Amino acid sequence: MMARPLRILLAKPGLDGHDRGIKVVARALRDAGVEVIYTGLHQTPEMIASAAIQEDVDAVGLSILSGAHNVLFPRVVQLLREAGADDIVVFGGGIIPEDDIPGLEAAGIRKVFLPGTSLAEIVRWVQENVRPRGVTV
Amino acid sequence: MRYETLSGIPVKEVYGPEDLAGWSPEVDLGRPGAYPFTRGIHATMYRGKLWTMRQFAGFGTAEDTNRRFHYLLAQGQTGLSVAFDMPTLMGYDSDHPRAQGEVGREGVAVDSLADMEILFQGIPLDRVSTSMTINAPANVLLAMYVAVAERQGVPPDRLRGTTQTDILKEYIAQKEWIVPPRPALRLVADMLVFGTRHLPQWNVVSVSGYHIREAGATAVQELAFTLADGIEYVKLGLAAGLDVDAFAPRLSFFFDVHSDFFEEIAKFRAARRMWARIMRERFGAQNPRSWWLRTHAQTAGVSLTAQQPLNNVARVALQALAAVLGGTQSLHTNSMDETYALPTEEAVMVALRTQQIIAYETGVASTVDPLGGAYFVEALTNQLEEAAWAYIERIDAMGGMVAAVEAGYPQREIADAAFRFQQQVERKERIIVGVNEFVVPEERPIPILRIPPEVERRQIERTRRVRAERDNTQVARRLEALRRAAAGNDNTMEHILECVRAYATLGEICGVLREVYGEYREPVVI
Repeated sequence: MMARPLRILLAKPGLDGHDRGIKVVARALRDAGVEVIYTGLHQTPEMIASAAIQEDVDAVGLSILSGAHNVLFPRVVQLLREAGADDIVVFGGGIIPEDDIPGLEAAGIRKVFLPGTSLAEIVRWVQENVRPRGVTV
Repeated sequence: MRYETLSGIPVKEVYGPEDLAGWSPEVDLGRPGAYPFTRGIHATMYRGKLWTMRQFAGFGTAEDTNRRFHYLLAQGQTGLSVAFDMPTLMGYDSDHPRAQGEVGREGVAVDSLADMEILFQGIPLDRVSTSMTINAPANVLLAMYVAVAERQGVPPDRLRGTTQTDILKEYIAQKEWIVPPRPALRLVADMLVFGTRHLPQWNVVSVSGYHIREAGATAVQELAFTLADGIEYVKLGLAAGLDVDAFAPRLSFFFDVHSDFFEEIAKFRAARRMWARIMRERFGAQNPRSWWLRTHAQTAGVSLTAQQPLNNVARVALQALAAVLGGTQSLHTNSMDETYALPTEEAVMVALRTQQIIAYETGVASTVDPLGGAYFVEALTNQLEEAAWAYIERIDAMGGMVAAVEAGYPQREIADAAFRFQQQVERKERIIVGVNEFVVPEERPIPILRIPPEVERRQIERTRRVRAERDNTQVARRLEALRRAAAGNDNTMEHILECVRAYATLGEICGVLREVYGEYREPVVI
């Protein structure tokens, strides 16, 4: 049986309008056969969590370049947990100091990509670490 | 390896006179300081006056940024440049729920006149020129600056500086907006009229390609979209009843300087020539100053790498050199640590010193347009110009930049170019040192600037105190007057100034505009 394609929500939490990176990642994931839903800019964690649940995605990819990641990334994970959707994998990237990564991982962010990461690396990580939800193997 | 510029213009092994067939030194090059200004807007260029070294600064609270300003001025910086945080750029006060986690992070938080007073404490506004990177709420920040100057006893006609105010570029690239494009442009028109009347030395609009480029545009797209935006602002001023020569001399420009050395130099030269032609031939401007493309330049943030960050010092130096050889009037050099966070004081100093080394040690500022007449540089200038005109014609055919933006046209072109570039990097058709070639496994961590979380709390406290201590009846009255002006035809600038003087907050003023005009939601383009 063919597995259904992965569904991923890509989101820009917070107020920064730097969407070059997330759009490039969106195209690369699409080219790799992933169903990508992009929220557009200026999303609150509440908007993102509710879109993730409504769209029934397998993972959420977050991008922040404004420095608000320590507040907004964990909030998305927390809201998904509260909604009983903690099996949705949350990952992220942006202008993020390396020292912040352990804290973000402890808060439930599965992977943080830093500037300079190749698209191939992101696609590979997604393929290896995200599984269709609700499908038992 | 690809032998083509970052814009995809093929580069030949060698250039000669055959590459300049039909090119005339009199028509296409001219003399420095004379139409079409290919060689620079001033006859003596940097011999007469060096470019302004203007490092962008802003973080945390107004007190933090004020200290950085005093430091930079003491280090020999010659103009101030304010970076505002995201909530300020979007017209929200620091205690707005959407501002959570963002306060003071990417720039300084300014909620009310109280913050602006602290920001410029001890800085005589009649003696510095100040550039403010602010767009959607530029009207409010300009009003605050005028009000701070009043309190210092400095009349508006003595104020020198720039508000970016380039709202078209926001919808195209940087994406910090408040209201939809058409009402936003009406607010810019009000600023143009106000500026022409009261602030003769103020650049009301700095037409900005920087963010367009950073979002992924090529040099050709940056050049074309920026000039197309400039055309829109001229049309706006004319529609507001201003004489072209009354406001065109106060339009300035802002370009990125990327790593493709000769293409960048050619871009500045082509930009000047094209703008001179647009202003003289298309708009019939008579005043030579209306023909001038005066520009600020900033090295390409997007070119900096997190890997081996010290390499960024070399990148910035070469980009800065290109900007100087291109003939910029003002320059910001990025700091090596900006792929991690806002720059530390030490990193900013290295970046500023880079400009000073170019200015005082290399000798490149000793002669005007030293690369003028070089076969390659002139051919490239011609090619960039030709490619940019093709875009401008397409945009004209769509009904101008506002219509093009509403159709998502420049947004899509930029996203395509960004993806193409990334693919070239992945396929190693473009080498990025330390990223896809010459990679080292272990890296030395560099110090980065931390914004403590208390900044947000302290800022919120101040804003709440301002709201408690001011005359709230008066604030309500002035906001109501602004609402009527925004819904009608009165110039909104005078009313915003009244609101600001009464300590109405940025969020309250922008809230009125949101109510009258609605909020903008962009059509999502991937």
